[in-house]
Amino acid sequence: MMAYAAKRILQVVPVAVGVSVVCFMLIHLAPGDPLAAILPSDASADLQAQMRALYGLDRPLPVQYGLWLIRALHGDLGQSIATGRPVTGEIAGAAVNTFILAGVATVLGFTVGATLGFLAGLARGTWVDRITSGIAMLGVSVPHYWLGLVLVIVFSVELNWLPATGAGPGGRSLDWSYLRFLVLPAVTLSVIPMGIIARTVRSLVADVTAQDFVSALGAKGMLRRQVLRHVVRNVAPTALSVMGLQLGYLLGGSILIETVFSWPGTGFLLNTAIFTRDLPLLQGTILVLAMIFVLINLGVDLLQGAIDPRIQR
Amino acid sequence: MSVLAASPPALRAERSPGYWRGVGSRIARDPVVVAALAVIVALVLMALLAPELAPMAPDKGSMIRRLKPIGTPGYPLGSDELGRDMLSRLIYGARLSLLMGVVPVPVAFLFGATLGIVAGYAGGLVNALIMRTVDVFYAFPSVLLAVALSGTLGSGLGNAMFSLTVVFIPQIARVAESVTTGVRKLDYIDAARASGARPLTIVLEHVLGNVLGPIFVFATSLVSVSMILASGLSFLGLGVRPPDAEWGLMLNTLRTAIYVNPAVAALPGVLILITSVSFNLFSDGLRGAMDVRS
Amino acid sequence: MRAAVLPPLEDRGGPAQPLLTVGGLVKHFPVKGGVFGPRRAVQAVDGVDFSVLKGETLGVVGESGCGKSTTARLLVRLMAPDAGTVIFDGESVGDALSLRDYRRQVQMVFQDSYASLNPRLTIEDSIAFGPRVHGVAARAATGRAHDLLARVGLEPRRFAGRYPHELSGGQRQRVNIARALALEPRLVILDEAVSALDKSVEAQVLNLLLDLKRDFGLTYIFISHDLNVVRFMADRVMVMYLGRVAEIGARDAVFDAPAHPYTAALLASMPKADPAERRDAPPLSGDPPNPIDPPPGCRFNPRCAFVEDVCRRTDPPLAALVPQHSAACLMASSGSGHSRAPEIAA
Repeated sequence: MMAYAAKRILQVVPVAVGVSVVCFMLIHLAPGDPLAAILPSDASADLQAQMRALYGLDRPLPVQYGLWLIRALHGDLGQSIATGRPVTGEIAGAAVNTFILAGVATVLGFTVGATLGFLAGLARGTWVDRITSGIAMLGVSVPHYWLGLVLVIVFSVELNWLPATGAGPGGRSLDWSYLRFLVLPAVTLSVIPMGIIARTVRSLVADVTAQDFVSALGAKGMLRRQVLRHVVRNVAPTALSVMGLQLGYLLGGSILIETVFSWPGTGFLLNTAIFTRDLPLLQGTILVLAMIFVLINLGVDLLQGAIDPRIQR
Repeated sequence: MSVLAASPPALRAERSPGYWRGVGSRIARDPVVVAALAVIVALVLMALLAPELAPMAPDKGSMIRRLKPIGTPGYPLGSDELGRDMLSRLIYGARLSLLMGVVPVPVAFLFGATLGIVAGYAGGLVNALIMRTVDVFYAFPSVLLAVALSGTLGSGLGNAMFSLTVVFIPQIARVAESVTTGVRKLDYIDAARASGARPLTIVLEHVLGNVLGPIFVFATSLVSVSMILASGLSFLGLGVRPPDAEWGLMLNTLRTAIYVNPAVAALPGVLILITSVSFNLFSDGLRGAMDVRS
Repeated sequence: MRAAVLPPLEDRGGPAQPLLTVGGLVKHFPVKGGVFGPRRAVQAVDGVDFSVLKGETLGVVGESGCGKSTTARLLVRLMAPDAGTVIFDGESVGDALSLRDYRRQVQMVFQDSYASLNPRLTIEDSIAFGPRVHGVAARAATGRAHDLLARVGLEPRRFAGRYPHELSGGQRQRVNIARALALEPRLVILDEAVSALDKSVEAQVLNLLLDLKRDFGLTYIFISHDLNVVRFMADRVMVMYLGRVAEIGARDAVFDAPAHPYTAALLASMPKADPAERRDAPPLSGDPPNPIDPPPGCRFNPRCAFVEDVCRRTDPPLAALVPQHSAACLMASSGSGHSRAPEIAA
């Protein structure tokens, strides 16, 4: 196991380096001068050169990358152009909100999706299967930002049960005054993992029950409950790893939902950064989200390797 | 030494129906896939014939007829925040929405499949070079990569389509590589190599026919994702710019209208949903029809 | 330039010159150890020498993993050897004889009849592919495919346009044989070519192979784990063990008087209908050792009934007992220090 873990971790290093290179290059991909946002348009050539030297922009690209990487590894992602505050702090605050949203959405999506998928897999070909598979299909096909709007229309505008936007005036708490703000965005965000997990679990359950040993267990007079437990044990590792990956996708992909609900997370931050052309903030947010995704993937692989030694090839 | 003199084929041999004819006939027997295909064709026709079908010009507004509800005389699906006819805008919207959502997938298919097949067939260093680069882009969640790229490049149809293409290339390349690696190990490739054929000949005549099918099925499953992402970019203000008609952008500009006329505000999303579901059903059906085991 | 037929291949060295001479053939496959583990290699083929005479069938036997198939793939150049020479009718392959010209002369039939046919090509297209690659016009190549189909017993008008999955295993293997013959090769390597077939079909295909050999003047290397089939087909037999040649000689000499205890053990494990024919050689026990770490000395020593200390120290060379019959065993090599070795002739 240790050898497998070491191998997987070593494999992640080049990917992480590549991801950081892509994030670094983003700024240079952007049209226009990176300094244009901070300098007045009539700045003298002298001042421009001075600023260029100050930001290290006069050095060759690999050197700039190296310096940027060293600073990033020390937790320094530069300053937001719009607010002047350190990017790291801005991201840290927003990341907590995104983690809460994505975490709740993943758990919700997994619970509903796994249940639906399990039922569909056991009752293959029946109307239960068709309905649950239809729901799963809608879950992966629906434009979730639109679903968010529809939920707002129904529960905020028409019924006036839940707030439409924001994370509430008070702080985070387990209080309804905070949680009511979480309900709509979390439900909306849970739809995609729900659909994906339902489809995965359905085919896994179908595969396991089709194997001979399951019918053999039934034939040996085992109780239906015991057989079910057996199926669950065989399906769980893959389903859980799919759930882990989905959490990663949601952390990086919640920008649309956070925009719909004005949820103050990393996605919302990204959106703000894009429209204020705040390139350091944009770059830092993308780097952090991508690295989290890489680490979650690694974590899922290691967990899976620990649960199922056959994977450690 | 030749005992056989090569003679031209005496009579045309009986020819079995090919693989793709079998797939076609299996698809034709599946009512769900046929229905999905019909919806897709209808959407494409709607986009192509928009000037004929739309009752009004999509950009003709009227300040006194803003946000009329569904069923208003002259405005069967109501009007938007600038008093433009929703029906006409939804019909015209199919043009940019389909263009933005669909085109990145075949373009990414071209690049991704080429990269993946080359990597899979060549193996070794070439494979490592291509696939490790692909891994880096694959390490970004697709929404994040699309937003990051089009966010830095700036809004606009071209940038959005470019970003989506970049998002899908690594996904297709990974599938292409794994399918090709599998096919490459089979004896018929070895038999072709033993006959002295050049690698390019083998790839064109023996590899392509056996890998394009699975890669194609995977690519069709991406169209639905691409539609949602493309409209999502417009929804964020990163895709098409106003006043062009595009479903995602229409959802965005109508957001403020949810308190006045919620049904109208939700309409563009219904069309995105219908398109996305149709492509998903078609892709699922195609996968089933191409699976020789079934 | 598109020709109507392939240029005929000529015998250059005359009947006495071996068609194929293999010397010191080596192929090791690197295996991945741990992250920091030592670099190691599977010694799939580790110094193999033999020759194939014109017009003969050389049978190759051995357990799975002994290097039979790797040798075959090296001979068809599906992979490059790490070391060794291959001389084809007097010309060194890769030097005097170009790889492309060599490939036309040596073709192979694989074990898996389904995997060795492209599922998306009709049978005539699969057979015609080789000639087309070598410059035969498409129409002529298809015509040749039809002639060959008829020759292997498949009615061209019924079968030429079919796809592999529409054929039985025996029919597919006939197609594979036709495909191998399409380039008019002089040497055909049959790698377990009948092993996956039913017994009755196997007999038909074996007889077809004998007919084709006679009619086209072919030379065969016939690889199989089935000793009965090898006895039926082969003129000479080569026994392989852990990437080396254990014994090579005329069929009857090897079958009736095996000189290597491994050969004797293999023969003893052969199913026999007649109890009187059963041998008293000790049967083979255990699995072959790991080809990553072959034992020191004689590679067979951990499983050999006659093992002595000297066997664990000395790697026996392939030594001739009598002309045309050699074995890599210290018992067959005079003065080797093994108690059963023949006395040194005074």
